[in-house]
Amino acid sequence: MSYSNTTRRHFACELESVREAGLFKEERYIHAPQGAEIEVEYPKGATPKRVINMCANNYLGLSSHPEVVQAAHAGLDHRGYGMSSVRFICGTQDIHRELEQRLTEFLGTEDTLLFPSCMDANAGVFEAILGEQDVMIADRLVHASIVDGMRLCKAMNDTYKHSDMGHLEEKLQEHQDKRFRVIVTDGVFSMDGDVAKMDEIVALAEKYDAMTFLDDSHASGFMGKTGRGTHEHCGVFGKIDIITTTLGKGLGGASGGCVSGRRELVEMCRQRARPYLFSNTVAPVIVSGALKVMDLLFSSTERRDKLEWNTEYWRKGLIETGLDIKNGDSPIVPVMLYNAKLAQDFAKDLFAEGVYAVGFFFPVVPKGQARIRTQLSAAHDKAHLDVALAAFRKVGEKHGILGLGKKDLVAKFGL
Amino acid sequence: MDEMKQVVLEYVRREYLEEDDDREVEVDTPLISGGIVDSFSMVSLKRFLEKKYGIQIPDADASPEAFDTVESIVVLVQRFGGK
Repeated sequence: MSYSNTTRRHFACELESVREAGLFKEERYIHAPQGAEIEVEYPKGATPKRVINMCANNYLGLSSHPEVVQAAHAGLDHRGYGMSSVRFICGTQDIHRELEQRLTEFLGTEDTLLFPSCMDANAGVFEAILGEQDVMIADRLVHASIVDGMRLCKAMNDTYKHSDMGHLEEKLQEHQDKRFRVIVTDGVFSMDGDVAKMDEIVALAEKYDAMTFLDDSHASGFMGKTGRGTHEHCGVFGKIDIITTTLGKGLGGASGGCVSGRRELVEMCRQRARPYLFSNTVAPVIVSGALKVMDLLFSSTERRDKLEWNTEYWRKGLIETGLDIKNGDSPIVPVMLYNAKLAQDFAKDLFAEGVYAVGFFFPVVPKGQARIRTQLSAAHDKAHLDVALAAFRKVGEKHGILGLGKKDLVAKFGL
Repeated sequence: MDEMKQVVLEYVRREYLEEDDDREVEVDTPLISGGIVDSFSMVSLKRFLEKKYGIQIPDADASPEAFDTVESIVVLVQRFGGK
């Protein structure tokens, strides 16, 4: 046996230091399908409590939608449970290609390739298409999976200040000697809920001969008037060179992701992207569910319209309650508390009031930027939001923070 | 050395602080452990130093500790021949 007591102690100490730093993550067991209301066992061993869920990526409320569930059942019956293969050996069914074609149409691109997740898509795409002569210039707040993907790629990487177009332009000028320049951004930023300035990014890309890369995981299905994403929201639909997105949030919530974009770039991923080449194919049951999601989204904007209404109602309600929120158009609405302990206490108190939302603090967000991140869903009804707003008011009153802005909150609780 | 500190300090402020940033950066301010510069964004600082002072800093030496304050950065630059 090579796992000696010394080895065991080493890892136990590592874990203890994570715990002491307040960074230990614990799962909470949910005894229900995903939805606006869920039953959460917290703390471990407690009787599950029914709470309003304000922290899921279930933006369109499709995670447990009866038609999606039914389509997944049918897929299971007609195409089986698994394919026991990567895509290029014997893992591609007709429905995989059909889903890729529907995603291509939905996202306004030339072709699409499915990946086991968007994390995998981001991990594979840069290395597949770029080399040492190229540069990737990323917004400083892009998702961790993009950072990992860029690190796996031999191209030079650089960053620009969050959504700072002047800084991006400086970087584009600095890297004019490179073969290819790629501007890399999220569409909706997952921690702040703000939206990338895709119209300005596309204009800069055209001016400085750069490609555009957009991770639209927190936007696909609902941003823009027909829900196509951030590029539709910003009026540049059809102009993005590479889009990655997930089927694990708005588009059904199960798992799976894709790279969608210029035909040759997608083909390069099919030939070279390692997470695609060396992972099992997306399970038929998920593909079948996702095809139904596409049907629902092509036939109606009802769900994204409801999400938009919920978002406006929620943002307005929080402001009227006297809470300090980050402005924006997206269904990610951070309630700013700045102090990490306050964020943790606030989340606990909300749970006691029947509302499930999570506190985020350093290193997930910058120091002194602790918050409760709330996320809206089309599955929420107005009644859910009214109950949740009342809980935020009650907990806010308890901590004496209603009506306080950043300066006052910092003065009262510190950073 | 003081001049180099000023040059590096100015670059760090310009490159990493936002317009409405209320954080202050001085020569002894922890940059990485203080959350002002993350390891992902550190590469532009390394590239700036190499270009400005005509040196090569091996990746192994460009550690978060060595880049944690303007003072430690200046020590690193001088170690690799920067003047």
